[in-house]
Amino acid sequence: MSAIADLWTILAVSAGAFFFFAGTVGLLRFPDTFTRLHALTKADNLGVGLVVLGLLPRSGGVLAGLKLVSIWLLVLLSGSAVSQLIARCARERGPRA
Amino acid sequence: MIGMVDTGLALLILGLAVWAIAARDTFAAVVGFVAYGLLLTLIWVRLHAVDVALTEGAIGGGLTGALLIGAAARLRATEAAALSERPGVALRTLAAVLSAGVTAALAVCVLALPVPAPTLAHEAAAHVAATGVGNPIPAVLLAFRAMDTLLEAIVLLFALVGVWSLAPDRAWGGRPGPRHHADPNGMLAYIARVLPPIGIIVGAYIFWVGADYPGGKFQGATILAAMWLLVMMSGLSDAPPIRKTWLRVGLVAGPLVFIAIGFVGAAAAGAFLAYPEGYAKPLIIVIEFALMPSLALTLGLLLAGAPQRLEE
Repeated sequence: MSAIADLWTILAVSAGAFFFFAGTVGLLRFPDTFTRLHALTKADNLGVGLVVLGLLPRSGGVLAGLKLVSIWLLVLLSGSAVSQLIARCARERGPRA
Repeated sequence: MIGMVDTGLALLILGLAVWAIAARDTFAAVVGFVAYGLLLTLIWVRLHAVDVALTEGAIGGGLTGALLIGAAARLRATEAAALSERPGVALRTLAAVLSAGVTAALAVCVLALPVPAPTLAHEAAAHVAATGVGNPIPAVLLAFRAMDTLLEAIVLLFALVGVWSLAPDRAWGGRPGPRHHADPNGMLAYIARVLPPIGIIVGAYIFWVGADYPGGKFQGATILAAMWLLVMMSGLSDAPPIRKTWLRVGLVAGPLVFIAIGFVGAAAAGAFLAYPEGYAKPLIIVIEFALMPSLALTLGLLLAGAPQRLEE
């Protein structure tokens, strides 16, 4: 049972790390603010989500697990709100690479 | 493996520190500083100093970062002119020599510390039970070093007085900062409606668990202040005029309760800020409860800035 949990942790956290890596590559390589934001928010939402899912079996309790999940939800909320704000700001100022 | 992570963290933070100093653009330097604060938080966690990590994340990274971003925004208009006035070689050499000298002196002092360092940790740990508080950090901060904590709370008030004293005469007693107007149906207003209920619960939780686990009034108050600022910045509610009596009472209430309990200790237990036998924990809780709202108010107003406008 613990071997399955370990395997799950390794798989999910690695997948999360992959999304962070992909998001960082996107941030460095994409041509303008909007595409960079797109890459970054995917990394935040899916990356943190997968890392949280991977850590859940190791949290050692329902309460700790709920805290992890609420951290993910807060990151979702703040990440999407801030990217909207940045995108709006960028649109109002006009195109600038 | 863990060693590699720690080495990576250390190298990263040194690189960021150099970059934050070397960056020519003020805003870029501030962003570097905020990232530096977040990395420092991680390093404190790695050192198992979770209380320090929370404080660094809340005050060092968050609050100071927000203050510096505000400063950078104010400087933007004059930044190009400031950059073109490059100081002479002699001045720059002098600045470099002075900075290097301070760094070297600090390094010598740290390296000259005796090993093992003189510590009262064992004695403090042996007497934590007497305070009835589970987490040794508040036990030390509010029982053994209560004077430091009191002065810390008061110094924040002085900082606020300093910020207020920058107000132009015509705006004295008025509302701090510009009036923020955001789209009432926009994203900022949305997040300012959704986030504060959650933030208030998280802040109160961090404050409450501080007795037994990492957390406490400073960290909790920072979160409350951040929620307040969010509401002010989204335009949902204006900053209060600083002449309001409730505001000023709220600002000084926490430190006043702290001082009053200090004098009670002088009468009942023989020393200023000493707690009578058996009353340590209830008195510590009273102080924390009184300080928390005052700190949240002080930190929020500190970020809101100097008063700039009377009633419109």
